[in-house]
Amino acid sequence: MTTDSYRSTLPAVDAKYWEGTDSGELRIQKCDSCSMWRFPPSGTCPRCLSADYSWQVSAGRGVLWSWIRMHQRYFAAFTDRIPYNVAIIKLDEGPRMISSIVTDNPQDLRCGSRVEVVFARKDGEFTLPEFRIVGPGTLP
Amino acid sequence: MSDDLLRDKVAIVGIGTSDFGAMYRDRDAKRSAYDLGQQAFAEALADSGLEKDSIDGLLCCRLPSYQHMADVLGIRRPRICNSYEGSGRMSGVSIQTAATAIATGMAETVACVYGNNGRSVSARYGGGEPESATAFYDTAYGMTSPGAYVAMMYQRYREMYNVPDDALAPLAIGNRHYAQLNDRAVMKAELTLDMYREARYIAEPLRLYDYCLINDGAVAIILTTVERARALNRPTVVISATAGAGDLSNLYTSDDLFVESCRRVGEEVYRKAGVGPSDIDCAQIYDNFTPTILFSLEGFGFCEQGTAWKWVGEGATQQGGVLPINTSGGHTSESYMQGWALHVEAVRQLRGEAGERQVPNCEVLQYICASPIVTSHILRRLD
Repeated sequence: MTTDSYRSTLPAVDAKYWEGTDSGELRIQKCDSCSMWRFPPSGTCPRCLSADYSWQVSAGRGVLWSWIRMHQRYFAAFTDRIPYNVAIIKLDEGPRMISSIVTDNPQDLRCGSRVEVVFARKDGEFTLPEFRIVGPGTLP
Repeated sequence: MSDDLLRDKVAIVGIGTSDFGAMYRDRDAKRSAYDLGQQAFAEALADSGLEKDSIDGLLCCRLPSYQHMADVLGIRRPRICNSYEGSGRMSGVSIQTAATAIATGMAETVACVYGNNGRSVSARYGGGEPESATAFYDTAYGMTSPGAYVAMMYQRYREMYNVPDDALAPLAIGNRHYAQLNDRAVMKAELTLDMYREARYIAEPLRLYDYCLINDGAVAIILTTVERARALNRPTVVISATAGAGDLSNLYTSDDLFVESCRRVGEEVYRKAGVGPSDIDCAQIYDNFTPTILFSLEGFGFCEQGTAWKWVGEGATQQGGVLPINTSGGHTSESYMQGWALHVEAVRQLRGEAGERQVPNCEVLQYICASPIVTSHILRRLD
């Protein structure tokens, strides 16, 4: 799979997100009416249903909610990366997102760790935000 | 609205399935899901003792065209008719729809038919076309397949509660034990702890034997009013209560491991049936992946949060334990019929027709599916 082939299938609202990552920023939507941040992109606020929003730059920090290591070959384009980690990040602003962790120590992933976004990974036309561990955290 | 609208009003009177194991052994077969569904329906109808013309509702699952299935089955004018997507959450939902229709008088005798030719068509659960724009935000990182999303929940669970490696093994081994006592099960060879440990990771921390099978098969279930059921020459199995609660976000992964949705469904279904977890003689728990069983046991109050893995490790859910579960082999050893075969086994247990798998004195049984739509039924044998 290449990410390029899906660009044309994304709704127009999503383009701003990818413009942000190209610029080294994690821009996500914030509702103008109730201030809720949301991700992935959508046209309305899931809390108050307002269609008024703006793109704001996230601080890019959050928590490693969980992680896995994929050993199964699901995508031809990922064959050479197997096993690769996938993470669920909970941003400080609230939303969750799928991403991956950039680390020299793949064995040391811990749920609850503090993370920060980096923009080093390209896939065709897209810059994919990833995260690095910046500190220990706590699990509830 | 009275809580008694549905209680003990709807009975399951007909069950039919494919011979999953025989089908699996024929590696080159190319089967039509509709043919499989027709065969299962014929078995369920014979099992019920009803005439086909008494069927006035048809709900299909995973079979995309209810119209084609109705045509093939010769059910021309069903009073309710639909087809549900091929996901595990839908077996509970389909049964709820059928029961609700019967309890309100919109239909009297409803056939639910599930058909799956996944093996014939080399179905994969993951890696395909993204199913929505938001799926792309996951697949861009190589994230796909429900198993990986459940693996995320299990990794978090492991770290929250200091769960050791291999804590899931008793669930896989327990399923295999029961499959060995089930003539129609797919996987009949013994599964040892060493085999479990040495099997490859799929989405680490989950291994091969934590995953459901991919196989062809069909299941049909016929429901009707308790009055009509009592006239048949069978023990009457009724739905005492059923409830549902979604846990719907952009990810399959629930950030509270389905706890709140399970809690709400449990509160409702236990209250409406007038029972609690300690009254349950046997449970059929949806197990697309083994961790789902732990989340179900905890979410419904059989165990304190973070302890189900210990309870299972002590043998509570094995044959002879305090709560036998998945007594036909579950989705990891009997067959991956997305919850449907668990419903069939529930009826067999309550009828006393489970042979060597029979739970003694099985009178109250619970079905649970912990997923983005949590459902549960309390089933009972009358008198």
